Amino acid sequence: MAILKFTDQHEWLLIEDDIACVGITGYAQEQLGDVVFVELPETGDEFKRGDEAAVVESVKAAAEVYAPATGDITETNTDLEGSPELVNRDPQGTGWFFKMRLSDLSETEAMMDEQNYADFVAKLE
Amino acid sequence: MTDALNQTPLHSLHVELGAKMVDFAGWSMPVQYSGIIEEHTQCREKAALFDVSHMGQVELRGSYTAKALEKLVPSDIDGMREGKARYTLLTNEDGGIKDDLIVSNAGDHLYLVVNAAMRDQDIGHLRAALSDVDVVELIDRALIAVQGPEAEPVVAAFVPEVRDLGFMETVMCDWAGISCRISRLGYTGEDGFEISLPDSSAREVVTALLDHPDVGPAGLGARDTLRLEAGLCLYGNDIDGTTSPVEANLPWTIQKRRREDGGFHGADRILAELASGPSRKLVGILPDGRAPARHGTEICTNGGQSIGAVTSGGFGPTTGGPISMGYVDSNYAGSGTSVILKVRNREVIGTIVELPFVPHKYKR
Repeated sequence: MAILKFTDQHEWLLIEDDIACVGITGYAQEQLGDVVFVELPETGDEFKRGDEAAVVESVKAAAEVYAPATGDITETNTDLEGSPELVNRDPQGTGWFFKMRLSDLSETEAMMDEQNYADFVAKLE
Repeated sequence: MTDALNQTPLHSLHVELGAKMVDFAGWSMPVQYSGIIEEHTQCREKAALFDVSHMGQVELRGSYTAKALEKLVPSDIDGMREGKARYTLLTNEDGGIKDDLIVSNAGDHLYLVVNAAMRDQDIGHLRAALSDVDVVELIDRALIAVQGPEAEPVVAAFVPEVRDLGFMETVMCDWAGISCRISRLGYTGEDGFEISLPDSSAREVVTALLDHPDVGPAGLGARDTLRLEAGLCLYGNDIDGTTSPVEANLPWTIQKRRREDGGFHGADRILAELASGPSRKLVGILPDGRAPARHGTEICTNGGQSIGAVTSGGFGPTTGGPISMGYVDSNYAGSGTSVILKVRNREVIGTIVELPFVPHKYKR
């Protein structure tokens, strides 16, 4: 069964076995505004938790997306090349960024669940 | 902690409209309402309303004010007829730019609009340099801009005589009993108006304008994408104390008489650059692909030699792709020149192009 987790960097991870599908949250895309470009990693790239893994550019500014956990990239969302606005329209669905194979599942244990993340965002607003 | 931000008389309206407010030059200003691209498109296709009350409005009063001001700007001010507005620059002794501004001949005085971030410095400069001129800051007047192809019918519905205003012309009008100065100019590349009016009437006028089906509010985010597509300089980014008017592609601000007679701050450098060309020039750059090349991006030749930097860059909602402006060595400033932009750790190919990116639609 897939588990949904969130980081304090406003990323979500949908984890199934050792593969995590990663994107940015609705709150994050709202803060960024209209997304016009996403620079994705390449399949096979290896990241440690906290490394810069992608860049999301809105009309206003560029923002780094950090690898939420250690692992290697297994797939990227090539639809974002032609349709970066998917990040605004469907951030937790078709606007996903990449999938990675997690090398240390224990890194995800301290991440927030959906309710904790909602509480976390509520405090920011 | 920062000091309390200044608020325009439209602040509460912005909040009611759901704007995202940001600190801009010490002012709490709307950066966007519904979204930058939507507001940008509203301006290009219909009409957008901007609150620009944070900008400084100044009157110069006294005799000989036009000639006196010519010491500080390279433009022909004395030759402007009443009702004429002109874009000009306060230059420094080194030929750089202290600020850009609009000067209008308002009959018995000159009316100036200066950048929000520079208003205190500009007013100090004007007072120090023009001791015989009365420099009056208008602290109780709002400034709003209505920009876009539908701006004329929208504003004319309230003040019919604006139909007779040409581009860069200004006139005092009566707006249902409210005394306004309406100028046909703007910062978007579109036809449009800037309306100076009493703070106390700002909300009433703006509410009436927003009730028009062709008008939507637009924030500073759209203002920036619109002006970038129009190739218009942003003070502090594209022009500053080190860049000259000639380098900045603004030689047209220096009319014939001023080129012949000089007599303005920085004339030595500026006239020399007019005669023999500047060493660097502000150009438009179209990056390949979709990655924006933003402020600070290094510009190199195909061989890897550094020739300049991007001063403004982002995504053009109307062009549908990334656009940038920046200074390059004049040897590489020709349109069609291929350059390399260092965007993060990648090299993006770009092409030097003529500005603007989107043609101006001023009423000539």
